Amino acid sequence: MKETFDVAIVGAGPAGISAACILAEAGIKTIVFERGEYPGAKNLSGAVLYGHNLAQVLPDYIERGCPVERNIVESRIWYLSKDGGYSIGYRDRIFAGERKFNAVTVGRAKFDRWFAEQARKKGALVVPATVVVDLLRNERGWVAGVVTGRADGEVQAKVTLFADGINSPLARKTGFRAEPKPEQVSLAVKECIELPAEVIDQRFNVGREEGVTAEILGEITEGMDGIAVLYTNRSSLSLAIGANLADFRDHKKKPYELIEQLKQHPMLAPLIAGGKSLEYIAHWLPEGGYDAIPKLYGDGYLIAGDSALLFNALHREGNNLAMASGKMAAEAIIEALKRDDCSRRGLAGYGDRLADSFVLKDMKKYRRFGKFRYEHKELYGPLPHLAGEAAREMLTVNGVSKKQKQKLIMQHLRQGKFGLLRLARLAWQGWRSVK
Amino acid sequence: MTTKPMKIEDKLFLDRFKVDTESHLRLVDGEKCVKECEGQPCLYLCPANVYRLEVDRISVNYEGCLECGSCRIACPLLNIEWRFPKGGFGIAHKFG
Repeated sequence: MKETFDVAIVGAGPAGISAACILAEAGIKTIVFERGEYPGAKNLSGAVLYGHNLAQVLPDYIERGCPVERNIVESRIWYLSKDGGYSIGYRDRIFAGERKFNAVTVGRAKFDRWFAEQARKKGALVVPATVVVDLLRNERGWVAGVVTGRADGEVQAKVTLFADGINSPLARKTGFRAEPKPEQVSLAVKECIELPAEVIDQRFNVGREEGVTAEILGEITEGMDGIAVLYTNRSSLSLAIGANLADFRDHKKKPYELIEQLKQHPMLAPLIAGGKSLEYIAHWLPEGGYDAIPKLYGDGYLIAGDSALLFNALHREGNNLAMASGKMAAEAIIEALKRDDCSRRGLAGYGDRLADSFVLKDMKKYRRFGKFRYEHKELYGPLPHLAGEAAREMLTVNGVSKKQKQKLIMQHLRQGKFGLLRLARLAWQGWRSVK
Repeated sequence: MTTKPMKIEDKLFLDRFKVDTESHLRLVDGEKCVKECEGQPCLYLCPANVYRLEVDRISVNYEGCLECGSCRIACPLLNIEWRFPKGGFGIAHKFG
């Protein structure tokens, strides 16, 4: 098919579909290519989705039947040793009331498919089962469309939006952005564990529509810079664990063994007991932070979402950055098409919008956070271990005086080379990396 | 309370794959993997255990590939040619 479109979008995830919705709404001839059998077939996140950013694209997403699993009313953070752990959580009725759908869980296979269907209803052409294998260039070297893996699969477009996710052989081949280095991505594996809805209600102490998220740190990643999450869906739990890819390489750990160990942890095991694993999948997360963000637009193209390595590692936010950047890309494209200038200059509205938004502001604020975590592996080994020992000691009633116990704990800390000074320095450096 | 750990083969068995007859993964020079590669990280960091050490070579069991890309960028020799499976092939997430 030698057809011409105003805009070609590579990837039917949150970034690409957000852009497609806005563009189609404005009457712009838009085509979206998705390599999966259906949108969502290759996509994975925790998956917490943020209502605010979805509403910016589709204000009536609830009426349109968005496949929400549970509305999140409580967020927990766990810091675990091998045998125990600390837990802190915050629940607020506002998240069940006026701020309902602030954060919800979704299954990406269902959600992305539904989202793409909304873009299609608005007039965008969504073509699944189609891999974009190369780019078309015009005589000036501008991106002028895409080459798909189909026979006669060239499609010309005035603007191309790369929303093809973090793992992009197309980027490697065409150089629209650099291939990430192993230390710039986390590798996460995820299981969907089936449990009856009423069992989840009871175990997490929530109503049928309500859910809980738990972000889990500590010895579970065995000294690697990483994190695990446990999220409630309607009648399943999402359990995922990930770590820096360079750490996986250097520590010689197997991801599938890590998630199995996690399931045995005393904080986890009772919550997933009796559950049946339905699926086991893997994906990268962009961890390079602000300084790894590529050039976000050029002559005839823009990059959005994971493909642009937009990810807030501290708050585990990704798909909201994807939806927001996809929307801003679409707005910039609309301006450029109106002016009939799809050059780098014509598309500059994208860079301005991003710089002025929470997307780049948040990433800039946390630009040192990734390096802090990567350079302080004690956060995932000796520190949670000693913290666990301290609580264990203090909570054990055995006739030893509390003063003696405190002395013992301090002794342990010093033996583990964690003097108070070092702990204070660690806290200070951590604070500085996110302040 | 604890259950028996699941083996990777059993985990992959949960997934839905549409397997192409042709591999999307290729060792550019298989000889190098055995003779020159120290550490062979593909053998353990691949979440689908695609790469396995045989007597005299590394085999590529692309059928169970989860398409994360880790092997491609972590290979010390950058010796893995990595394409997406053809449109509609490979893993299809059921829940995601």
